Amino acid sequence: MSVNQKSNWELLKNGMFGENTIFRMAISLCPSIAVTNGMKNGVALGVAVVFVQTMVNFTVSLIRTFIHPKIRIPIFMLIIAGYVTIIDMLMSTYARPVYKEIGLYIQIIVAFASIFARAEVFASKNKIIPSAIDGFGSGVGFLLAMIVISFFRELLGKGELYGYSLISGNPLLIMILPAGGFLAVGLLMGFFNWIDMRFFGGKGASGV
Amino acid sequence: MEFGKLFELVIAASLINNFVFTRFLGLCIFFGVSRKMETAVGMSITFTAVMVVSAALSWVVYNFVMVENAMFQGSPDLTFLKIIIFIGIVAAFVQSADTIMKKVSPTLYYKLGVYLALITTNCIILAVPLINAGENYSFFESIAFGLGSGLGFALALVIMASIREKLEIADVPAPFKGLPISFIIAGLIALAFTGFSGLITL
Repeated sequence: MSVNQKSNWELLKNGMFGENTIFRMAISLCPSIAVTNGMKNGVALGVAVVFVQTMVNFTVSLIRTFIHPKIRIPIFMLIIAGYVTIIDMLMSTYARPVYKEIGLYIQIIVAFASIFARAEVFASKNKIIPSAIDGFGSGVGFLLAMIVISFFRELLGKGELYGYSLISGNPLLIMILPAGGFLAVGLLMGFFNWIDMRFFGGKGASGV
Repeated sequence: MEFGKLFELVIAASLINNFVFTRFLGLCIFFGVSRKMETAVGMSITFTAVMVVSAALSWVVYNFVMVENAMFQGSPDLTFLKIIIFIGIVAAFVQSADTIMKKVSPTLYYKLGVYLALITTNCIILAVPLINAGENYSFFESIAFGLGSGLGFALALVIMASIREKLEIADVPAPFKGLPISFIIAGLIALAFTGFSGLITL
């Protein structure tokens, strides 16, 4: 992608759907399985990613003219790590119960390919406002994916939604086991591919 | 130092708490390079080597620099900076390994260099130092944990690559081609790996 020529709304939409981190680009997959056994965890991590992605894109775009291309990777990493430390500390203070469960994954946001990819592909070449919007869109796309996956896994695996019990009886225990995470993401990804092929004439996901 | 304990740690990290199948880390790389056996093996070798070295390096920095009173009496407690410092160590190490390898052994670089560049975006590389620091492992325990995680990742990658090579000629429904079916396979392998749980209780 070269210099941006899209309107802000198109940028936002592109990040949320067209280049959805998990279902279309198929990057940053680790959390999509690790923290989606309940909606609370999924939403918490999604919000953290929205914050980090927006701020990283903003900062990278702000200093893009000063960074020498040869050393950009370590610099981007440090910027990302800085924001992750901030959100890590905030959540460990104000969202203690959730943090106890997903703390490790919050810290792992540093190594998310999606955040680095947006900084490298978009923010390092574009102006501040479009960059921040692009980051926000891509973060929200990630959040939506987390909500969809954890919705099905929690509903089927525990019979609950956001901690409230909905279905009584024996839930499908496999859905909250590790294996169920892989199955859920695989099936959903196939489903979205099907929609894309059937109604929009797409070719399916990038197929890494 | 007990060898039995270290061995247990390697087994636990590679099989029971396999990073890919029970902790879900390193999935991007896992799905990205498991299409061909050759790339999977290359990635496994590079990854295990980097893993061991970065576990050792970050242990040294953590215990001799970052912990309170580590450098000298009254030196500050820097553990809250562990995310930034660990990723810095890993990135710096990978970058220098890349440069040195290019100069010293171009053949090796030609084979494995591309994986080296990918490694920084692998979550496991950051998770291992963080877990080592959180569990207060000793130096050799950290190395054993790093080695075990590397081997576990290699095992997962090789299993997956061998299945995906067979899958090339299978008749998969069009929307499920590529990634979705790989996810479902990974789910089935993960189900098999739950059989290892309870093998050792640490």
